[in-house]
Amino acid sequence: MSASRALHRRRHVVNVIGLGLATLATLFGLIWLVWILGTTLYNGVSAISPHLFTQMTPPPGDSGGLLNAIVGSAIIIALGIVLGAPVGVMAGTFLAEYAHGRAFAEIVRFLNDILLSAPSIIIGLFVYTLAVRPVGHFSGWAGGVALAVVLLPVVVRTSDETMRLVPSALREAALALGAPKWRMVAQVIWPAARTGIVTGILLGIARISGETAPLLFTALNNQYWTANPANPMANIPVVIFQFALSPYDQWHQLAWAGALLMTVVVLVLSVGARAALRRRS
Amino acid sequence: MSASVHSGLLPGAAARRRRRGDAAFRLVAGAAALLVLAVLGLAALSMLLGGLPAFQRFGLHFFLGTEWDPVTKRFTALVPVYGTLVTAVIAMLIAVPVSFGIAVFLNEVAPAWMRAPVGAAIELLAGVPSIIYGMWGLFVFVPFMSDYVDPWLDATLGQLPAIGVLFSGPPLGIGMLTAGIILAIMVIPFISSVMRDVFALVPPPLRESAFALGATRWEVVRQVVLPYTRSAVVGGIFLGLGRALGETMAVTFVLGNAHEFSLSLLAPGNSIAAAIANEFTEADSAIYRQSLIALGFVLFVVTFIVLAVAKLMLLRLARRAGGRP
Amino acid sequence: MPMSQTVTPSSSGLVVPPAGQAEDAVHIAIRNLEFFYGGNRALKSITVDMLRRQVTALIGPSGCGKSTLLRVLNRMYDLYPNQRATGEVLMDGENIIAPGLDLNQLRSRIGMVFQKPTPFPMSIGDNIAFGVKLHEKLSRSALDERIEWSLTRAALWDEVKDRLGGSAMGLSGGQQQRLCIARTIATRPEVILLDEPTSALDPISTLKIEELIDELKHEFTIAIVTHNMQQAGRCADRVALFYLGELVEVGTATQMFTAPREKRTQEYITGRFG
Repeated sequence: MSASRALHRRRHVVNVIGLGLATLATLFGLIWLVWILGTTLYNGVSAISPHLFTQMTPPPGDSGGLLNAIVGSAIIIALGIVLGAPVGVMAGTFLAEYAHGRAFAEIVRFLNDILLSAPSIIIGLFVYTLAVRPVGHFSGWAGGVALAVVLLPVVVRTSDETMRLVPSALREAALALGAPKWRMVAQVIWPAARTGIVTGILLGIARISGETAPLLFTALNNQYWTANPANPMANIPVVIFQFALSPYDQWHQLAWAGALLMTVVVLVLSVGARAALRRRS
Repeated sequence: MSASVHSGLLPGAAARRRRRGDAAFRLVAGAAALLVLAVLGLAALSMLLGGLPAFQRFGLHFFLGTEWDPVTKRFTALVPVYGTLVTAVIAMLIAVPVSFGIAVFLNEVAPAWMRAPVGAAIELLAGVPSIIYGMWGLFVFVPFMSDYVDPWLDATLGQLPAIGVLFSGPPLGIGMLTAGIILAIMVIPFISSVMRDVFALVPPPLRESAFALGATRWEVVRQVVLPYTRSAVVGGIFLGLGRALGETMAVTFVLGNAHEFSLSLLAPGNSIAAAIANEFTEADSAIYRQSLIALGFVLFVVTFIVLAVAKLMLLRLARRAGGRP
Repeated sequence: MPMSQTVTPSSSGLVVPPAGQAEDAVHIAIRNLEFFYGGNRALKSITVDMLRRQVTALIGPSGCGKSTLLRVLNRMYDLYPNQRATGEVLMDGENIIAPGLDLNQLRSRIGMVFQKPTPFPMSIGDNIAFGVKLHEKLSRSALDERIEWSLTRAALWDEVKDRLGGSAMGLSGGQQQRLCIARTIATRPEVILLDEPTSALDPISTLKIEELIDELKHEFTIAIVTHNMQQAGRCADRVALFYLGELVEVGTATQMFTAPREKRTQEYITGRFG
């Protein structure tokens, strides 16, 4: 009996240690979050000024703002959305409505999930050979294409999944009224899955708003104002990259300000989209 | 009038139009799905073709050599490949146990009210853009490492025989250890969220059976939950590994972009992604650029395999539990 | 188990009754038990006894609280927030729903078998060893002996003795359920709780389990939840009927099925409600 008592005590101790370590692991994760966000907030807020939104990125050692980078980022992201989101929704529609249960759909889903986690620098290299080499120079267009490729798998997956959640009774009801299938999809399925599709696109936007690597060899950077995507375009992430690695204090300030702007946009978008997705399911 | 009469009798123009509309819609949707495949296929192909001259020129030596010299135009991949693997291994050594702990905490330990907010906070780590990790790493974490961690490691582990070489060297703060730790922080939310999701797939009666035999929570997790979800847990780990291997911005800032081979984890190093990010726009010769694309191709193949394994392992549990994870 | 003449505290801190001499016939005495899922009262002032080495069948329409009662007896409800019990459940005089009790020890004394078979994802032998190793440190040979003993008692030994190292997932549904019973008795509990153990099984497997219950009652106090009236008639010594969280009537199986005192009992066993 005392042997069993010792065994029992040991099990109890192991249990407490195991669960205690699990708690510590969670604290460990949360510490980094606080540390990283705290640093970004602290340095970013102290670097925020009205000039940020009115002046161009400065030459080395000078002060200035991020206006051209903010506008450039907005244009490139918009291009990414316009190019990527419709293709993503249509591909998701095909998977959910037309290829149900077929091997082709499973293969596309499988590879789409891989694309979802593929290194984004590879996508940058790919779009470089696709849209920069042939043209001979970097451009906002190339940046938009690269971001569209990053956005695509996010939208495909969420729209596929939310459309498959639409009850089949709705489909049957529409078809029973004599509606052609494409009208059933466009007028019944899409509206029914609207929230999911939109939040999927929002998640995708959050993702591309934080991407740097695909833009390094596509949009590159531009010290001057341009709203023409045919030119190399300034954008927040590449500006952060160049400025942070520079030796100039003013550039560091601007990099922190850009980092804060970017983090706020990305987190607001992704947290909002996730919350919306969760509420629905 | 007469048209409507006819459409009732014949499969007339309206029905044909409807069929054509359906076919067109289907075609567009199918083409979009095909584009997903095309992107992956074209990416692989373009990088294979772009890197081929480098593979041809340097042969197998491309993977075994340590030179990287734009002046003599000799480029070989051992240093960045080694750095990629080592940083990913360091990241996994830290991230796997921590992620497991987080999943256990959120599923077994935390009171109900705490689960959603803490889970969301951990997921927030996945939302922080990778360049922010890089900047924070450069300005905050590197000084922290060089002031506190590196000197301590050098004085303790660095003095040991055999493994000492891994931890000795000047306390620069940058290097593979620092990069590995930052990578770990980045992949923790991915791995822990997969683990958390699959732990929740364990049928309640199975857990209860173990409790009914008098098992403690820890015993239930280790001996029932973990074996039941093993394949998916491995899948989640591989998912994190795929991310760690290909992560660019977070490591580019803190690796040091060195092309000299060093065993020490405290010395500056390189990785495939960091080398490409740092040097691609400055590559001033065709073979330089081709060598970097060849590196990209290697990274593509490795991450593709790792992510495919991850996906297959996740599907295995999903099939048994009857649903997509 | 200690075999002393006087009442001695066992390793669990629970009181073990003096064996041999006049053992109390009442093994578990439930007194004024109430159970709540959040604000929803699922058991209403239940008072009933479970007799030592007898089979008590808990019957009633679904949602009547019979499974809830089972989950109170081994404190399974403790796993979930917002579930609580009040009143007393006295096992040999000790209140097992009191706070501060060591649940792992309690559950080693009260085993449970679930509706669907729940083999762990490990080998057949390891499934049995799992529970044993939690509570006892046995040598390899003693453990093997215990595995054979429990599988024999569960009428499964002959079917699996050549593949103890094989995965338990490869067994048929009926075999899996007998494995779960073997796993439960391997820890040598005093009480076995069976929650509709045959509802997922075919008639032949069901018959085997029922024969098994008949065997096991010589050693264990058994409570079985069933929705099958014939099963209750075949297996049980005593039957308790629940309805909407209340105990309607309890009595010997013969009395309940031939001369029920309550009108509702008569209606239920003749299939007029439920």
